Amino acid sequence: MTLRMPMPDEGAIARRDEIARAMRAIVPGDGVIDDADGLRVYETDGLTAYRQPPLIAVLPETSAQVAQIAAWCHANRIKIVPRGSGTSLSGGALPLADGLLLVLARMNRVLHVDYDDRIAVVQPGVTNLAVTDAVSERGFYYAPDPSSQIACSIGGNVAENSGGVHCLKYGLTANNVLGAELVLIDGTIIRLGGRHLDPGGLDLLGVVLGSEGLLGIVTEVTVRILPRPETARALLIGFPGAEAAGACVAAVIGAGIIPAGMEMMDRAAIHAAEAFVGAGYPLDAEALLIVELDGVAAECRHLAERVSAIAKENGAQSLRVSQSEEERLAFWAGRKAAFPAVGRLAPDYYCMDGSIPRRRLPEVLSRMAALSRHYNLDVANVFHAGDGNLHPLILYDANEPGELERAEAFGADILRLCVEVGGALTGEHGVGVEKRDLMPVMFSGTDLAHQQRVKCAFDPDLLLNPGKMFPVLHRCAELGRMHVHRGQLPFPDLPRF
Amino acid sequence: MTASPSPASADDLCDLFRAGAAAGEAVELVGGASKRAIGNPARTTRRIDLSAFRHVIDYDPAELLLTVGAAAPLADVERLLASEGQMLAFEPFDHGALSGGAGGTTIGGIIGAAVSGPRRLSAGAVRDHMLAFEAVSGRGERFKGGAAVMKNVTGYDLPKLMTGSWGQLAALTSVTLKVVPRPEVEATLLFRIAEDRAAVEAMAAAMGSPAEVSGAAHLPEDGITALRLEGFAPSVAARSRMLRGLLGPADAIEGEESHALWRRIREAAPLAGEDILWRACVAPSAGPALGEALRAIGGRHFYDWAGGLVWLSLPRDADQAPVREHAGRLGGQAMLTRAPDDLRRRLPALHPSHPDVAALTRRVKTAFDPAAILDPARWEAPDAD
Repeated sequence: MTLRMPMPDEGAIARRDEIARAMRAIVPGDGVIDDADGLRVYETDGLTAYRQPPLIAVLPETSAQVAQIAAWCHANRIKIVPRGSGTSLSGGALPLADGLLLVLARMNRVLHVDYDDRIAVVQPGVTNLAVTDAVSERGFYYAPDPSSQIACSIGGNVAENSGGVHCLKYGLTANNVLGAELVLIDGTIIRLGGRHLDPGGLDLLGVVLGSEGLLGIVTEVTVRILPRPETARALLIGFPGAEAAGACVAAVIGAGIIPAGMEMMDRAAIHAAEAFVGAGYPLDAEALLIVELDGVAAECRHLAERVSAIAKENGAQSLRVSQSEEERLAFWAGRKAAFPAVGRLAPDYYCMDGSIPRRRLPEVLSRMAALSRHYNLDVANVFHAGDGNLHPLILYDANEPGELERAEAFGADILRLCVEVGGALTGEHGVGVEKRDLMPVMFSGTDLAHQQRVKCAFDPDLLLNPGKMFPVLHRCAELGRMHVHRGQLPFPDLPRF
Repeated sequence: MTASPSPASADDLCDLFRAGAAAGEAVELVGGASKRAIGNPARTTRRIDLSAFRHVIDYDPAELLLTVGAAAPLADVERLLASEGQMLAFEPFDHGALSGGAGGTTIGGIIGAAVSGPRRLSAGAVRDHMLAFEAVSGRGERFKGGAAVMKNVTGYDLPKLMTGSWGQLAALTSVTLKVVPRPEVEATLLFRIAEDRAAVEAMAAAMGSPAEVSGAAHLPEDGITALRLEGFAPSVAARSRMLRGLLGPADAIEGEESHALWRRIREAAPLAGEDILWRACVAPSAGPALGEALRAIGGRHFYDWAGGLVWLSLPRDADQAPVREHAGRLGGQAMLTRAPDDLRRRLPALHPSHPDVAALTRRVKTAFDPAAILDPARWEAPDAD
């Protein structure tokens, strides 16, 4: 294990029984877990390579309880790691040995739906798909659709600013949230935004979105809901290479068409998906595009013709346009099953998440192939082609000594490559612990200091989800804000790493 | 006010900010000077002319990305984008038009003031298109945020924090924006609806339908509800039929006539003149309650964003307090966008936040501008009652 986390505070660990008593006074019933078996359930999230049971897990049911928990932890200098459904792929909800895990899964009610204002007010533990389920009867849906949408929670989506295959047209979580209730580390409950557009003032909600649980605890979210498009059609297009597929993507956008989704898979991913679900994918293709068009029927028909023509001009080898909803879903079945399908090719896989300018795709794929040879590990690629978000899946065997470390080194090289070509370390999975130490590849020390001062404005004692996102945890006082009390730093023994 | 320097580089700007911090001297950042009529006029600052940062740095139509200096004039940027059949989806406008002037507004000013027009309803706001920036913070340090890619969640979303910050955190030097293809066809359906509530209900029905309306405004004095459709010709035709089926007969305008209507709406032309002008945001269904309450005390208004944006004007001699009272009670906020100096000294331009949010806002500002040089007095009201 190469990851270094802050040295646990032995003092906090020794206080576990006292903390449990205090928490049981706030959260009645079975919402406080402090036994080893119970805590093991929470030892990891979607990034399963890292495991650490929390000091204690607490499952509050109301905002008021969350506020009391935060206030108690703040007064007692106990760290808090918030967790929704635990599907983070970057270790955003990895517990701390000396920290309280605040599990928001029991706050799972849809509080209010207003179809005239096209909003839903939900608690953070509501799953992504449950928002759509709550409004589908009236023909509405919630647009962001991360692949874990059956399980992942809205609170987690807010923390990670989650995307999905349709964010090319409909945006990430941040583009679909109007307001939130946030509990600050000292227990203050604030409301940011509301049910209206443009709340005015500093866009604090904008910076809380995607802040990975480091700024506050989201206890209520107001999301926009949209009327479901009248219809949708998908095109399944095979190409002899990534260059041709990339050129087709550029030509579609160049023609003024923004599809609802535009996904690319490479040969390894095509074959794995086809073997897994039998979606009818062309096995002779080096690159496969799925282009989804949605809207009124006349628009879908019109655009399907235009995209078909563009695909042929760009060297498509095969082209199918879905003729029914069943066929459209079949086209997607392979893509949606790509991760587990690739998972059958090797005992383990490591899912990466870099973002690049689209035009650099062929170069990035060819350099990735060279890295694959260098590390002697196979890689399969699925790619949100419309918005430049790569998901290389590195295949390895954790039981082979050194393979996990090699997979991680390969992954880090891929992300460095993304930044080198003008891209970003993460398009939608977050930094968490996974990419924390790579942050200096993308940001200078001054850039990071400006980010961390935002953290200090919200959480000057660094009690919320420490060890995530920032490679070096500076004391806030060092960054230019003074919190010296009677000549002593608040954390004289705060571990540095 | 002392002489106004024109820094030629970000490093010059760092020097100016550090000098300002050392001397305790606030600076006023000026790009196109189109919004100087907003905020408290009674303050002492050193004016800094940012016009050196006006160049196009990179425009890649195929990637839908534009990087420009923050002082690039909006008009130039829009011309450049139009030459490639593209545009800024959030439909910005020149604030100068609200005060009878026009021209000169810059991209940095659009971002700083978060100026979104009618299409904000369907395509998102400035913040949703602001991907990356370079800036000099109030600490006199160069830093950057975001990345020039469509999708990025690396670190805090500082581009969003900069958007709408009115230059209180940093001076932007360059920005990268997401741009979009210009629609092939634009048509606006004009429905005759007399009552505000009926109009907002009709707009809610349209927005709740699959017709993909890209602009929804109601002009009470004309009794007209305007719904804009954009896209490919067969699609616009089909969606026009859909809306007429839903809401009844309507006149249609297209092309330049439709453009002109939406320009009038985004620049609040129906309320042009000398009256006090407010821009209030509420939940769309609450719009009529706000409009009607102000009408009762002599106000005029019209609605954009399907009712969620209420442009309001009140006579200069009217009590202005009810605007924020009503907007606040309805869960929204109101910005003072056109007022004479004496009123600007008594009423802060931006709607006051809840004290807990205000305290957090102050801490965030201090994080970027610890010496408070970035013109904080502009947002205060020294003569408040």
